[in-house]
Amino acid sequence: MSTLTETAAPVATAQGPSLLAVRGVKTYYGNIIALKGVDLDVRQGEIVTMIGANGAGKSTLMMTIFGSPRAREGSISFDGRDITQMPTHEIARLRIAQSPEGRRVFPRMTVYENLQMGASINNFAHFEQDLERMFALFPRLKERISQRGGTLSGGEQQMLAIARALMARPRLLLLDEPSLGLAPLIVRQIFDAIRMLNREEGLTVFLVEQNAYHALKLAHRGYVMVNGVITMQGTGRELLADPQVRAAYLEGGHH
Amino acid sequence: MEVFLQQLINGLTLGSIYGLIAIGYTMVFGIIGMVNFAHGDVFMVGGFIALMCFMILTAWLGLAVIPSLLLVLLIGMILTGLWNWTIERVAYRPLRGSFRLAPLISAIGMSIFLANLVQVLQGPRNKPLPPMIQGNFVLMGSESTTVVLAYKQIVIVVVTVALLIAFWWLVQKTPLGRAQRACEQDRKMAALLGIDVDRTISITFVIGAALAAVAGVMYLMYYGVVSFSDGFVPGVKAFTAAVLGGIGSLPGAVLGGLLIGLIETMWSAYFTIDYKDVAAFSILAITLIFLPTGILGRPEVEKV
Repeated sequence: MSTLTETAAPVATAQGPSLLAVRGVKTYYGNIIALKGVDLDVRQGEIVTMIGANGAGKSTLMMTIFGSPRAREGSISFDGRDITQMPTHEIARLRIAQSPEGRRVFPRMTVYENLQMGASINNFAHFEQDLERMFALFPRLKERISQRGGTLSGGEQQMLAIARALMARPRLLLLDEPSLGLAPLIVRQIFDAIRMLNREEGLTVFLVEQNAYHALKLAHRGYVMVNGVITMQGTGRELLADPQVRAAYLEGGHH
Repeated sequence: MEVFLQQLINGLTLGSIYGLIAIGYTMVFGIIGMVNFAHGDVFMVGGFIALMCFMILTAWLGLAVIPSLLLVLLIGMILTGLWNWTIERVAYRPLRGSFRLAPLISAIGMSIFLANLVQVLQGPRNKPLPPMIQGNFVLMGSESTTVVLAYKQIVIVVVTVALLIAFWWLVQKTPLGRAQRACEQDRKMAALLGIDVDRTISITFVIGAALAAVAGVMYLMYYGVVSFSDGFVPGVKAFTAAVLGGIGSLPGAVLGGLLIGLIETMWSAYFTIDYKDVAAFSILAITLIFLPTGILGRPEVEKV
């Protein structure tokens, strides 16, 4: 556990090079600065989380990785390749998948069609096989298969958004607040699924959460973001034990 | 009764032409939320391309009517599609992300440009086409009135139905159609899934223009003339059809087209032919006031 005053720049450690490396990224909405120089690494096989309050810039970071909005300063690279200026759809084709803020399920497409959309990056190679995997992971989706996305409950939409992202067989999965507005039982189900995918398939996950307790328990490492700046980083366990983190994000009954 | 039946046949024929044009309005509106006012003129350009192809194929090369009709449809769809692709690249894409009125004004400009371009290149007079398909079935006959079904009407309806089936299949069952619907519902999410949104929009313009080109061929065959100003009135009627059916809805565009065709022909038969356009356009005003989402349109609110 270290605050930024102690270690100025995060560097890739002995664990290997970064799959995703964000360096000094600044993002603006018009003239308003949303990210004030963010540095962050996600290595192959890790679950990394970023916690922070509403409006801290977490979702902006998720979308900036995809170039929408684009970073005005700094650089983002994936697997050693600079993607800072790459068009959004080409970034997606590098097999970075996102379950975005607000889920963004296609409302007038069936669950099946939504999943097809996720698989289009792969040209539907191993589509049937992946579909079965998703049904095993989220049996509810199988029951709802021919229902339109817009008619699903919030939890079902969240499962669909994650499953749609997984259909791309991503090398990096970005999850933006998968627990938002969901019943605790469903949150547990979703987090269990993420843990299982990481352990059994080595899936690399970058997870943004307000639900700090669950996120930090799940993640190998974590970052804390406040007002567009990363203020702390460390292993999940270190951050969970940190008094400042406890005071700001954990006291008050997330668990 | 005979008059009614005859006008029913005429109305459905005319309506299928409007329906084909209306699809182009509704598709473009669905995907980028813009009314493409140049679409009627694209239809007119399609008519002129068809006229030239017909003349070359039948008068110069001496091809029979049916193969030349098929060739005209194919060439017309390709060339008109290319036109609309260029229009989108030149006049609309640079304005994407600008304020909402900008592409609309650009579209009106493009409409004026196309009409005037054709006027300069082809002259202001009506261009006639010798009748391609003559003859008809007499369905009912009495001494005073007959009900006839012209062969060209059969061709128009058959081609339209075949095209609509192919088009429906494209939108519902192919990856391209799915990408198109995805862009229509959430462009940003589509990009996150690796869909090239700009390319999908371009393809939408090409498909819309191809359907308008077919409508242009049918219009030319039906009336036997085309002029540079023919984009405007059929264009606005097709737009009315799209609004009546529910803009953004593909079945709505076809239904709206048929209804506008019927309203226009019935009005001509039972009231006065001079006011047929007034009747059709009144529908636009009435729909916008009393049924702004159209017959098959969806309400704006969606369950989240």
